[in-house]
Formats: sequence, C-alpha cells, structure tokens
Amino acid sequence: MKLTQHIKDIIRTDHLQYDYVMRDEEGNEAGFYRALDDVDLQVKQGDFIAILGHNGSGKSTLAKQINGILYPTGGTVWVDGLDTSKEENLWDVRQRAGMVFQNPDNQIISQVVEEDVGFGPENLGVPTEQIWERVEESLRVVGMYEYRKYSPNKLSGGQKQRVSIAGVLAMHPKCIVLDEPTAMLDPSGRKEVIRAVRGLNQVEGITILLITHYMEETVDADHIYVMDQGHIAMEGSPWEVFSRVEELKSLHMTLPQATLLADELKKHGVNLPDGILTIKELLAEIQKQLEE
Amino acid sequence: MLKFEHVNYDYGQGTEMVVHALRDINLEIQDGEFIGLIGHTGSGKSTLVQHMNGLIRATSGQIYLDGKSIYAEGFSMKDLRRKVGLVFQYPEHQLFEVDVLSDVCFGPKNMGLSEDEAKKEAKAALELVGLGEEYYTRSPFELSGGQKRRAAIAGVLAMKPQMLILDEPTAGLDPQGREEILNLVASLREQTGMTVVLISHSMEDVAQYVGRIVVMNHGEIAFDAKPQEVFRHYQELEEMGLAAPQVTYALYGLKNMGLDVDTDLITLEDAADNIAAALQRAKTGQKKDQEKGTAEETVSVEAVSGEMREGKDGL
Amino acid sequence: MIRDITLGQYYQTDSVIHRLDPRVKLAGTVLFLIDLFLIQNVWGYLIATAALATVIHLSRVPFGYIIRGLKSIMILLMITVVFNLFLTEGTVIFKVWIIQVTWEGLRTAVFMAWRLIMLIIGTSLMTFTTTPNQLTDGMEKGLRPLKYLKVPVHEVAMMMSIALRFIPILLEETDKIMKAQQARGADFESGNLFDKAKALVPLLVPLFISAFRRANDLALAMEARCYRGGEGRTKMNPLIYSRTDKVAYLLIFAFMAVDIFVGRFF
Repeated sequence: MKLTQHIKDIIRTDHLQYDYVMRDEEGNEAGFYRALDDVDLQVKQGDFIAILGHNGSGKSTLAKQINGILYPTGGTVWVDGLDTSKEENLWDVRQRAGMVFQNPDNQIISQVVEEDVGFGPENLGVPTEQIWERVEESLRVVGMYEYRKYSPNKLSGGQKQRVSIAGVLAMHPKCIVLDEPTAMLDPSGRKEVIRAVRGLNQVEGITILLITHYMEETVDADHIYVMDQGHIAMEGSPWEVFSRVEELKSLHMTLPQATLLADELKKHGVNLPDGILTIKELLAEIQKQLEE
Repeated sequence: MLKFEHVNYDYGQGTEMVVHALRDINLEIQDGEFIGLIGHTGSGKSTLVQHMNGLIRATSGQIYLDGKSIYAEGFSMKDLRRKVGLVFQYPEHQLFEVDVLSDVCFGPKNMGLSEDEAKKEAKAALELVGLGEEYYTRSPFELSGGQKRRAAIAGVLAMKPQMLILDEPTAGLDPQGREEILNLVASLREQTGMTVVLISHSMEDVAQYVGRIVVMNHGEIAFDAKPQEVFRHYQELEEMGLAAPQVTYALYGLKNMGLDVDTDLITLEDAADNIAAALQRAKTGQKKDQEKGTAEETVSVEAVSGEMREGKDGL
Repeated sequence: MIRDITLGQYYQTDSVIHRLDPRVKLAGTVLFLIDLFLIQNVWGYLIATAALATVIHLSRVPFGYIIRGLKSIMILLMITVVFNLFLTEGTVIFKVWIIQVTWEGLRTAVFMAWRLIMLIIGTSLMTFTTTPNQLTDGMEKGLRPLKYLKVPVHEVAMMMSIALRFIPILLEETDKIMKAQQARGADFESGNLFDKAKALVPLLVPLFISAFRRANDLALAMEARCYRGGEGRTKMNPLIYSRTDKVAYLLIFAFMAVDIFVGRFF
C-alpha cells in the first residue's frame, strides 16, 4: 500500500538521514557527522525543483542519495517507486535518475563528444542502432550536435557541461539531478547550461533537481528547498521563498540583486509587492505605480 | 608603477593557427590603485597578468616596472616576481607542504630569506589573511575550501609584494565565501597600501570595491575607465558576453520610463535612495500635471525590458 | 601551448583509411614494420615507399601535417645518419683528416634514414587516422582471446582510453602549477641534478593530489552512468569487418608478398 501512494512522486524521501563516519588514523570509527537530518522531499514527475544552500549545508549529499551513490543511514529514498537502499534496484535507480556533476573536465570519459554521450547507453546494453539515435537526439536537445566529432578538450566549460547533460539524457532518465553544474563556469557558460536545463524540463518534460548556490538560477523553478545544516530550512515557490528576505540572509544566501533592490526600496517607503525576482518585474511594478 | 607599451603576444607561431592572445596593449598602473580586470574566458586577461610578473614574455612591445624595462639585460626576474605577486585561479591547488606555515614559507625562502626571517614573514602574512597560530602546524589539505584559499594567498603575500594580482579569487566559492574573500582583499589593500589587480568575470563582484575597471575582449583592451563610466556601455558589454551590474539595468530601465534617476550609481543603497526620491518627485509632478490637465507620456514596459534581453536570467 | 602537441594526434577528416576497421590498421602497421626490416634492396624500398605514398594519399592527411610529426625525431635521425656515414668501413670516397666517408657508409646511412622515416610515418599514420578510442576498441577485440588467460582485456583497454583522454588535461595542469610555483619564486631550471630533483616536489605533490581527485570524480561519474565493467555492455561502434576491410587485408598481404620477394631476391 505504501508503495502505490508514492508512485506519482518520481522522488520521495521519508525522514532521510545520512551520517558520514569519521575515522581516526588507525581506521577505527571516531564518531560521525550528520550531513542530512530528517529530510522529507516530494517531487512530482515533470517538476523543476531547485535546492539551495551554502557549502556544507548537505545539498550535495542529498544529490548523491538520489542517484544511489550514497544510501541513507536512516529513513528511505524512493526513486520512481524504487527503494534506493535495495541492492537489486541500484542500476534501475541510476538509469532513472541521471546525475551531472560540478567539474566539467572530470565527468567526460571519451575523447570524442558523441562517443561520450554513447557511454551510458552502452553500459545499459542498448542495441547499437538505438545508441546512435539516442546520441543524436540528446545532442540536438542540448544544442551540441554540430560538435559531435569534437574532442572535449576543445570545448568551453559550458559546452562540456551540455555534453555531460546529453550523456545523461541518452540514458532516457525520468529525472536529472544536477549538482552545482554552473559553479565552475563563467557567466555566459552558466547561462548556456541553465537554458539547456530549462529546455529539458519544459520541452522534454524531464524532472529536474537543480542544486546550486546561485539564487538567480532558481527563479523559474516550480519549487525551491533551502538547505541548512543538513535539513530543509525553507521551502515553497520561488515567490514564497524570495519574499522572506531576512530569513534568507540569515542562511547566508545571496539574493538576486532585483530582490535586494526591491527590498531596499520598500524600506524607503516605496510600495512594492513581496517576491520580486527580476529587474523586469521590478520595472513593471514601478511602471504600474506611475500610471496610477 | 607598471607600464605596458604596445605589448603583443602571439602563440602557435609557425603553425597554421597563430593566436593573437594580446594585441597592442597600452596600460599604466599607478602605485596604490585598485583595478578590476574583467573579461570572459579566453579574452586574454589571464595572459595579460602573466606578462606582469614575467611568466610569459611578450612577442613584441615593452613592459616597465618603476621606469625600468623588465626585458632589459640584467633585470632580475626573481625580483620582479617578488614585487609583483600573482595569485593564480584555484590557488589552493598549488599547496604541497606538510603544514601551513612551511607552505607559506616557500616563497620567502625562494627569495633567499633565512629560515627565521621566512617564518617571520609567513606568520605576518597568515595574520593578514586571518589564519591564526592554531593553523601553523595543520596540514593544508585538512583546511576548508575558503581557508585553503586564504593560506595560498598568504603564500604570495609572504613575499611582501608591492603589487598583488588575484586571478578570479572567488571562483568556485559559495556566496558567503565569495564575500569573505572580496572583503579580505579590500582590507589587505587598506592595511598594506598595495596596488591590487582583481581579475573577475563578474562586474557585481568588483563594482563596489575597485576605482578603475579594465575590460578585455579578444586580446584587446575594450574599456579602461572608472566603473560608472564602463557601465554606461552596458549594451556593448553584453555583446562581449559580460553584463553590467543589475542595478545599472534597473537605473537605465527607470530612466527610459522617464524617471529622473542617476544612472551612474553602483551600490544598492545609493540606487534605492535615488530611485525613491525620483519616484517621489515624479508622483508630485504627476499630480501637478493632472491639475494642469496635460496627458502624460509613458514608455511601455515591453520596450524597456527588450533592452535587457537576458534580464530574467539575471546572470 | 602544451595542448597543441601534434605527434601522433588524430587528424579529423573522412577517408577510406579513416573508415577502415582499427584491427586492419593495427595488423597493417605491424606487417608494414616487419616488411621494412626484411627488405634489403632499393627496389624493395621503392615499392614500400610507393605503397606508403598511396596510403597517405588515400588518408587525406596533409603531407605537411605528417612532416611536422617528423620534426621531433630529427635529432635521432641525424645521429643515425652521422654514425653510419662516418663509422662504416669500406671503399673510401673521400677523406678529410680522420673523417672518412665510404660507399658502404653512404648506402647504410641512406637506407637507415629512409627506413626510419617510413617507420615513423607508417605508425603515425595509424594514429592520425584512428581515434584512440577505436584503437583501444580494436585492441580489446583483437586481443579478446587473452581473456581466457585471465587477462582483463576490457579493463586494460578502458584504462588506456581514459589515460589518453586525461593526458592533455594533466599536461595543462602541470603547466599551471609550475607557473604558480614560479610566481612564488620557484626555480625549475638552474642548479645541479639534486637541486632540480628537489625543485620537483612542489610540482609533483599538487599534481598527484589533483590526479587522484580527478580519478575519484571520474569513477563516481562513470558509476552514476551505470558503468559496471565489460559484462553486458553493448558497443556504439561494434567492430564488424566490411568488404573494404577484407579487400584491405588482401592488399596488405599481396603487398607484403611482392615487396619481400622483390626486396630480398632482386
């Protein structure tokens, strides 16, 4: 019974807890560090979820739980109804929840773009002809088809990350977890990657879990979780979360400049609604007031 | 004072793919200046700063430190590298010693200082970056990301440079870490009076700290002026894959609506003051206008937001 | 830049030679090398040269690109030529002071240089026209019988291909760390051997740490993409001999037979 009620959710965690065991120099257990504490997450198929948090807040540990790289030390994680702690589910979990990592250089395995994208399907035992179809389709989705014959070493950071995304996409996952995919990129690379991620979600209908510390990247999300010290400190729609300016500041988050400017204007007595996320929205609000 | 005269740098000569990494660079950096060097990846900014301490030799042109050509015979490169300290990107990746103090001693020792003198300089440098005595004997690899980076910066500071160049010191850090490092750099400058060159691809990061911004594009200097003057070219900056601070976009957007705002402001607080006052004026003005019965003119929001194409990305 | 080393690097184009099965190219290269050591006279060399020229032409790799690869062995070539030229006994052509040049010396020097150049061009032609991945695939499949001797063929091939992918990255990283240490006054050039060895520590420690970090990240990324060894894996480019490959094998054997016959008995 419990299983069926989770089926609508592509990802669900229930009182998820994770402890890193710390060892002393002889390798004996010297205590543990609780990286995740009582995390409840519910993600519906097709959602765009953003997970925010500063370094050490537990957000990357959470990402690794969803791909079966780490297993909970307490509580349960279900991916597409599969319990990740059961060994027989491991490869199904990894196929359904693909993962893109932070460092663009350290996740590309092959020396030619298209061969790298084919790596996942090869591992899954997909027949050769279908691998080529998947590779072409995935590279087109992220806009890297023209670069299919290139060596990854000749690509920019943003392009490499898009290749990595295509590599995951070719495994036909239901959900993609991106663990700070833009942290090592320059502004134009970040834009490229976020645009590709948004496309995956809106056009391909793939569930996205975007882990980041850039709040600007989360304004389009359906739902935001803010992590702090291993638990979920805030959650809600971008509008709901971004309205709580003081709370976010106390969690060491840097708000979008537009939100901060709106907040500052409000302190100056300008009448503005909560949760302004972009300069465009801010300008529209002021325009409205001028017309009144 | 550091001066570049018609500096060019090409690589890949003799092959079919000669890359002009720097083209005719003319630049003068006065003692004590705080400069932001901005450009996207591959714009030549890292190549430029490696010329400043002689790690890369210009294909043509001259570079002078305090009036002396660094390419003149008998000019000591060791001396140049001591005077012009360069902190590379991800500097924590160069740490290698068993403990923090020995690692920071590496530079001063290479400069020929005795063990004791080197330690003295190293301790002073560690204090400047806020790493106290309790860190001296710790392995650099046990430190947190931000601490590692501070230790690496101390490694350059320990040589007592008169000019400090930092190549994207905030890369890969979270917002809190970014702010800490930027504040550290600003306070270092205040305490020591060093010339500081801060490389970044984010205008927002440098805007409120530096007195001058140099923008690199395709190996050339595109702009070299005070921050507010550079930001006036926000449309051209965008074509270069850069962006002005969001505040600049907001101010220009409001100005296009007909509000009387000062587009040169940089900090949020100043901008908010200015906008609030302008709104106040506009509203009282409107009332007067309505009394007079004149029709007011407003620019549509669409026209304004079109100018900020990627405003929504906010990147 | 350190990234632009061209010796043996894949040359991207589309040609008959590029499309050949890597096993054919591997076998062809090995047989060509054997052939070079068996032939003895000028006719044999001429036939081998003609064959090599045909393959170069078919491969569409520009001749200039191939010649550039030769530069790195120029010194080796010079030494061989000089040694053979001046140190071979026989009929003296001319003699200046104690240096003498003999007919035999001249002959050996020319043949040596000729053979070396063909050897280098022949092997680099294989790497110019075969991606390292195809090459490892070819070796994996070609050496498959060794699996029964408990040789982990798949794993070795995978390691080779990953190593090849990371060589340019690590070279660039070495360059970066070297510069960073130089900025702190490190000196990698002067001093005696002991000093130089000691100067490498600040370079090697960070390099190893970085290599391990990358290895760790990569292993994680591979696992996340369901990599679990060679078992049950399909291939994006399965190696199946085509008609062209079979024709190529025939041509290679025909060339061998003719060349060795002419090269030894005429």
